[in-house]
Amino acid sequence: MSKSPDLTTLIFGRLTWDAIPLHVPILLWTFIAVMLGAVAVLGALTYFRLWGYLWREWFTSIDHKKIGIMYIVLGLVMLLRGFADAIMMRLQQAISFGHSVGYLPPEHYDQIFTAHGVIMILFVAMPLVTGIMNYVVPLQIGARDVAFPFLNNFSFWMTTAGALLVMMSLFVGEFARTGWLAYPPLSGIAQSPDVGVDYYIWALQIAGVGTLLSGINLLVTIVKMRAPGMRLMKMPMFVWTALCTNVLIVAAFPVLTAVLALLALDRYVGTNFFTTVLGGNAMMYVNLIWIWGHPEVYILILPAFGIFSEVVPTFSRKRLFGYASMVYASVVITVLAYLVWLHHFFTMGSGASVNSFFGITTMIISIPTGAKLFNWLFTMYRGRITFEVPMLWTIAFMVTFTLGGMTGVMLAVPPADFALHNSLFLVAHFHNVIIGGVLFGLFAGINFWFPKAFGFRLDPFWGKCSFWFWVTGFYFAFMPLYVLGMMGVTRRLSHFDDPSLQIWFQIAAFGAVLIALGILCMLIQFYVSFRRREALRDHTGDPWDARTLEWSTSSPPPVYNFAFTPQIHDTDAWWQMKQHNYRRPVDGFLAIHMPKNTGAGIILAGISMVFGFAMIWHMWLLVALSFLALLVVAIGHTFNYERDYYIPADEVTRVEALRTEQLASHV
Amino acid sequence: MSDTSLAMTGDAGAPEELRFYVAEEHHPENGTLLGFWLYLMSDCLIFACLFAAYGVLGRSYAGGPTGAEVLELPAVAVNTSLLLLSSITYGFAMLEMQRNRQRGTLIWLAVTGLLGAGFIGLELREFAHLIALGDGPQRSAFLSSFFTLVGTHGLHVTFGIVWLVTLMVQIRKKGLISANKRRLMCLSMFWHFLDVVWIGVFSFVYLMGVLP
Repeated sequence: MSKSPDLTTLIFGRLTWDAIPLHVPILLWTFIAVMLGAVAVLGALTYFRLWGYLWREWFTSIDHKKIGIMYIVLGLVMLLRGFADAIMMRLQQAISFGHSVGYLPPEHYDQIFTAHGVIMILFVAMPLVTGIMNYVVPLQIGARDVAFPFLNNFSFWMTTAGALLVMMSLFVGEFARTGWLAYPPLSGIAQSPDVGVDYYIWALQIAGVGTLLSGINLLVTIVKMRAPGMRLMKMPMFVWTALCTNVLIVAAFPVLTAVLALLALDRYVGTNFFTTVLGGNAMMYVNLIWIWGHPEVYILILPAFGIFSEVVPTFSRKRLFGYASMVYASVVITVLAYLVWLHHFFTMGSGASVNSFFGITTMIISIPTGAKLFNWLFTMYRGRITFEVPMLWTIAFMVTFTLGGMTGVMLAVPPADFALHNSLFLVAHFHNVIIGGVLFGLFAGINFWFPKAFGFRLDPFWGKCSFWFWVTGFYFAFMPLYVLGMMGVTRRLSHFDDPSLQIWFQIAAFGAVLIALGILCMLIQFYVSFRRREALRDHTGDPWDARTLEWSTSSPPPVYNFAFTPQIHDTDAWWQMKQHNYRRPVDGFLAIHMPKNTGAGIILAGISMVFGFAMIWHMWLLVALSFLALLVVAIGHTFNYERDYYIPADEVTRVEALRTEQLASHV
Repeated sequence: MSDTSLAMTGDAGAPEELRFYVAEEHHPENGTLLGFWLYLMSDCLIFACLFAAYGVLGRSYAGGPTGAEVLELPAVAVNTSLLLLSSITYGFAMLEMQRNRQRGTLIWLAVTGLLGAGFIGLELREFAHLIALGDGPQRSAFLSSFFTLVGTHGLHVTFGIVWLVTLMVQIRKKGLISANKRRLMCLSMFWHFLDVVWIGVFSFVYLMGVLP
C-alpha cells in the first residue's frame, strides 16, 4: 500500500467532474433538454399534487394490471431513447464518406451502437413483452392476480433501476464501447479500463434479477392459478407462448447472471476467466453469453406469436386453426432454442461436424415456425376478416417475418455464414425478425388490448398512419443493408471510403426518417385517442367481439378481475359463453381476498440502483452502506406478515352494479 | 379430442346448460414451494455455468500450482462432514416442526447454523492459506475458477445462515404459524440443495483435482 486511503476516494471513488461531459456539445445539449423536460414533468406532478396518487395507486401497486401498464410505459419511453440512437447512427453512416467524417467521433459512435442494442433488447422489447404478459395472462386464465404480487412489483422496479443506470451513463461517465454483448478481451479491464463496461454489467445484473423473478412468478401463476376446468390443452394460445417464454427466462437468465459475474470478477478482482494471459479463455465467454442470448430472442418472439394467435382468430371470426399443432410448435421452438447458440459464431472454428450440427438444428427451427405461419393463414382462410389495426400489423408481420426467416436460414449454412458473418447482412436479418416479428407483434398487442386496459379504443386513423410509416420505413431502412452486406460491408463502422456505397446508406437513412414518422404518429395516436376517449369508449368490455376470458370483464377490469372465478369448458372460453347466452351474476357476491400494496419493491430496487452506481464508480463506502441497507430492508420486509386484506362483499356488489348499469345503458 | 366432443354437444339442438362460474370462494393452491423450487433450479444453472467454467479452465495452471499441490483432502473431508451433518440436523428440525414443537425446532436449527458456520470457517481458513501462499484467484485461470465455484457455494451457505437466524427470530416472535412453516420448508430445500451442490464440488473439484 503506497497510498494511504484518503477520504475523497473512499466516498467518491473514481467519480470526478471530468466524468460529466460538459465539453461534448451534443451531450451537453441533450443533458440540458432532458433536465428541462424532467423539471417540467416533476414540476407538473408537484403542481397537480399527483405524487401521493402515483405512489399509492401505481408505484406501490401489486395489481398485475397496473404493473403491466407500467412495464409498457417503461418500454415505450426507452423505445424513444433507443430510436434516437438508431437515427443518429443512420445519419452518421449516410454522411461519413471519404473526406467527411460525419458528426460523431468513433468513441461516441461505439457507445451509441452498444447502447442501441442493449436498450432495444433489454429495456424496450423485454419490458413490453413482460408488460403484456403481466397484463393479459392472469385475465386469460381467470385469476385475480399473479402468484407472487409483491415480487411482481419488485421485478418491475429492478428492471426500471437497470434502465435508469443505462440512462445515467449518458451524462455521468460513459457507456460501453464494446457492442451489445461486450465480448472480452475488449470488455476486459486492460482494453476497457473506464466505467462503460461496468455500467453495462450492473445495469444488466440488476434488471436481470427482475426478469428472472418475473419469469418464475408467471410460470407459477400459469401452473397453479388457472381457473377450474382450464386444462393445459384448453389454455389460450397466448398463455401457452407465455408459459414457453417463461420457461426460457428461468432457464436462460441465470447463465447471463453467471457470465456477467465472471466478467465482473475479471474486472474487479483480477481473475483470469476471459483474459488473454494466465490461462483465460475468451471464447468461453462467447459460448456462455450466447447460451443466454439465443434463447433470449425466442423469449421475445414467442409471446409475439401468442399475440398473433389471439389477433388472427378474433379478426377472422374463426377458431384458431390447428391449436394442438400450435402448442407443439411452441414447445419444439422452446427446446430447440437451446440447441443452436453456436450459430452465432461459426467462425470460431469449432470444426466441420460441430458447425454442421448447429447449422442443422438452426434450420430445423424454421419447421415449427413455418407450421405456425400456415396455421395463421388457414385460420384466415374463408374467415370473415376485418382489417382493424391489430390485424394490419399481423399481416405485415407474416410477410416481413417470412423474409427475415429465409435470410436466417441462409445464415444457418456455415459456409455462407463465413462470408456473411459480422456483415450488414446479419444486421439486416436480425432487425428483419425483431422489428418484423417482435415489434410488429407488440404493436398489434398494444392496439388489441389497449381498450381492455383503459376503457377506450385507440384511434384507428393515426394507428394506420403509424402502421404504414413503420412498415415502409422498415423496408427502406433495412433492404439496403442486405445489399450492402452482400457486398461485404461489415457492421459497426462509423466511416467509409468507397463513395459508391453511399447511396444505399442514404436510402437507409430515409427509411429511418419514415420510422421516426411512424413513432410520431403513434404518439399522436395516444394523444388523439385520449382526447376522443368518449367517442372511442368501450362500454361492453368486448370491443372486438373476441374469444378469450379477458373480454368477459369490464374495460378496464375491476381490481379483483373476476367477481366469481370462471369455470372453463373450452379453449375460446368467452366465445363459448357468448354462444350459450351467458348471463353475468348480479348478486350473491362474496368478500374477495386480495394482496395489499407495499413500498418495499421500489425501495429495494432504489437501493439496488445506488449499490450498482457505487460499484461502477468504486465508491466503496457507499457500496458497503447500500449493501447493508439492502439486507436490512429485505429482512425487515419479511417481518411484515399482514400482506393481504378482504374487499368486502358490499364493495364488490357496488362495483358489479355499476357494471350492470353500464351494460344496460349501452345495449 | 375434447374439442370434437364439445362441438358435438354444441350441435345437438338446445345448448346444454353449462355452469360458467364458481359460485363459492375459489382459492388457488399456494405456489410458494413450486416458485422456490423453480428459483433453486435457476440457481442450479448458475452453478452449472461455474462448473462448466471449472471444467474448461480447471487444468489451465499457467505455470502456477496444480490441484494436487494446493488442495488438502483431510481438511475438506472435515468440511464436507460438517455440511452433510448439518443437512441431517436440519431434517431433525423439520421433524420437530411437524410435531409442532417450537423449542426442539429452534434447538436443531441452532445446531444446523453452527455446523454451517463451522463449514464457512474452515473454507475461509483454506482460502486465507492459499492467498497467503500467493496462490490467490488472480494467479491462474484454474485458481480463478476454483475460488469462484467454491466461493459462490460458500456465499450461498453464508446467506443461508443469515436466513436461518432471521427465521429463528421470527419463530420465536410468531411461533410455528403456517407462514413460518412454509418459510422453514423453503430454507430446508435451499439447505439440502447446497448440500447436493457441495457433493458435486467435492467430487469434481477436490477428488478429481488431486489426480495427477
